[in-house]
Amino acid sequence: MLESLTELFDKYHLIAAFAVIGLTMYLAYWVSARFTRGKLHGSAIAIMIGLALAWFGGVVTGGEDGLADISLFSGLGLMGGGMLRDLAIIATAYGVQFSEIRQAGVRGVIALFAGVIVSFVAGGVVAVGFGYTDPVDITTIGAGAVTYIVGPVTGATLGASSEVIALSIAAGLVKSILTMVATPMTARLIGLDNPRSAMIFGGMIGTTSGVAAGLAATDARLVPYGAMTATFYTGLGILLAPTLLFLVVRAIAG
Amino acid sequence: MVIYGVALLAGCMMVGLIIGDLLGQVLGIDSNLGGVGIAMLLLIFTTSWLKDRNKLPEPTVSGINFWNAMYIPIVVAMAASQNVAAAFSGGLVALLAGVLAVVLGLALVPVIAGKAPDRSTDRGADGRLSSTTRSGY
Repeated sequence: MLESLTELFDKYHLIAAFAVIGLTMYLAYWVSARFTRGKLHGSAIAIMIGLALAWFGGVVTGGEDGLADISLFSGLGLMGGGMLRDLAIIATAYGVQFSEIRQAGVRGVIALFAGVIVSFVAGGVVAVGFGYTDPVDITTIGAGAVTYIVGPVTGATLGASSEVIALSIAAGLVKSILTMVATPMTARLIGLDNPRSAMIFGGMIGTTSGVAAGLAATDARLVPYGAMTATFYTGLGILLAPTLLFLVVRAIAG
Repeated sequence: MVIYGVALLAGCMMVGLIIGDLLGQVLGIDSNLGGVGIAMLLLIFTTSWLKDRNKLPEPTVSGINFWNAMYIPIVVAMAASQNVAAAFSGGLVALLAGVLAVVLGLALVPVIAGKAPDRSTDRGADGRLSSTTRSGY
């Protein structure tokens, strides 16, 4: 009986995921209204529940995809994977005024470059602080602080050890997860309440999953603006980290 | 028909991804350079072009709006499939590198956004924004 039930969940995994996420959303909005009087947004609570479940899934299975590694919930991987996430992000652009984007355009581009460089330097300085001296290691960890995709791509290009590449991925994951949680909490402090600052936020932080979830938990109307710049960030990071930024690190540390 | 909206969205996504892929190849990087962002711009232009010509009926729009409304649930599913355990087990180097990157990034947002003169236009934009309906929120 139980076995056939698991099999059914496995076979219809995406549908099961819709039901599971729907239930999670309902629970999160109920908690938000009942215990925080709507002060902590339902979507922020839902994302935190999601992260907690992902931690649980990772600890139980030792896999890489959080709760999606438990076969009962494998559909979450498809529902929350890159394909549907990007489709939904693009859909949020419907109804956006192009003039808004053009207004913040130049500062958005500045934020993109500043974001990649600041994150890279932050990661690199921490690496040096922990005794890493090889320019390849410093660059790879710095690139990990850009995003968890830039880190391993840079590490593989430069021939870093798998231990350092794993570290760079972990740094990127910490960044992404912290962004999801910290953005709604600091939004007022940093003036994240209009399209322009959302575009700059997307460029400064850049990690698509973190920006996507952080803005969703802050104000869903800001999502398209932040996502627009953030989607250029990883590409820019992969362009700069193993080339220009590596040369700079080697000139200083090597 | 609803499928027209979904197809328009999907078409913009694929064209955007192709352009992003070509950009990546031109620059010699093993990555899609901003394909999603380009797709967003394409969707903004095509839908406003169609709307001006009265060729964007309600069923078509609902095909786009469905995915728009599914955004937050999809993000929750994404959060639930993150490798949170690995982030915690990366040790102090990974933790500090990630935290420092976020703190500095957030702190620089108001610096780059600038202050006074543009503030009033932002407020106006904000007012206009809140009048647009975003379902699912």
